Amino acid sequence: MQKIFARPATLLDTGFHFCPGCHHGIVHRLLCEMLDHYGLRERAVGVPGVGCGVFLYDYIDIDVCEAPHGRATAVATGIKRVQPDHFVFTYQGDGDLGAIGTAEVIHAANRGENFTVIFVNNAVYGMTGGQMAPTTLLGQCTTTSPAGRDSRNDGYPLHLAELLAPLEGVAFAARVSLHTPAHVKKARRALQRAFETQLEKRGFSFLEFISACPTNWRLTPYQSVEHIEKNMLRAFPLGTYKDTGAPASAAAPEEEDTANAVL
Amino acid sequence: MNKITIREERCKGCAYCVLACKRELIRIDPERINNLGYNPAVFSNGEACTGCALCAEICPEVLIEVFRERGKVALKWQNAE
Repeated sequence: MQKIFARPATLLDTGFHFCPGCHHGIVHRLLCEMLDHYGLRERAVGVPGVGCGVFLYDYIDIDVCEAPHGRATAVATGIKRVQPDHFVFTYQGDGDLGAIGTAEVIHAANRGENFTVIFVNNAVYGMTGGQMAPTTLLGQCTTTSPAGRDSRNDGYPLHLAELLAPLEGVAFAARVSLHTPAHVKKARRALQRAFETQLEKRGFSFLEFISACPTNWRLTPYQSVEHIEKNMLRAFPLGTYKDTGAPASAAAPEEEDTANAVL
Repeated sequence: MNKITIREERCKGCAYCVLACKRELIRIDPERINNLGYNPAVFSNGEACTGCALCAEICPEVLIEVFRERGKVALKWQNAE
């Protein structure tokens, strides 16, 4: 009997504070798997923004520097410039990176800073009670848009991956989802590309995760998965928008997809 | 026989693993309540488990370990013993 799946070593043996059905735990796990895979545990620095992901230091056994709201990319810029041999990533939500931190992320991307941005997009301000975020879908009811988001008043959902991809400093920009095991496997491959981008010093890497927030969507975890499939993915199309290192590995054959295979 | 183990004491009953299991070997047990106050997911010890690890992939709390009788090498990013 061989153990083929276990908790990554870098992920501490602590219970998460996340709500049932929240996808933050999966992002944490994928990050730890990649940190283990590349042996970065001793020289990785995480910079979580403000939001539910702020307790990263409780769960991942690496160095962590907290940033003021929205300023994680600015803090990461400083860390990466002082410690260029360290692996630096930020971990931000849509209220953090998409709203208050938009200026910081655009200029960090434009400067081509060599770190990785992990962007968890759940279309609401999760930690503060489900207010409308810049990424909230049109018509979505939140505590500050009880009748649904109206484009006349509130504008349109902000597409960060598409927004950042054309900038010359950006080496990798992609959007992945986590609502099925097959999508988690694709997300891992994309995260691996983002890690490689930084390790090969090619520039700014940006990976957006579409994530569920059942508590603030007022849905069950099962309904959240359906909501992602039907509504979120229509508004936020998945895909790799830019990958400057693509020719070598993008042409590689697809990994076996066990979701649909008969075992 | 392949099998999985679920750490029920930390399970929050989101049932993503129930959705993921193609063989319907995992269910939420309405009879049990764990320390967190949720009905945990339980594995039925079915012979039909293929050890595909889809349940473990989707578990947001990372509570599932997967064992295969014989099979391919461990996933390279996992620190499996």
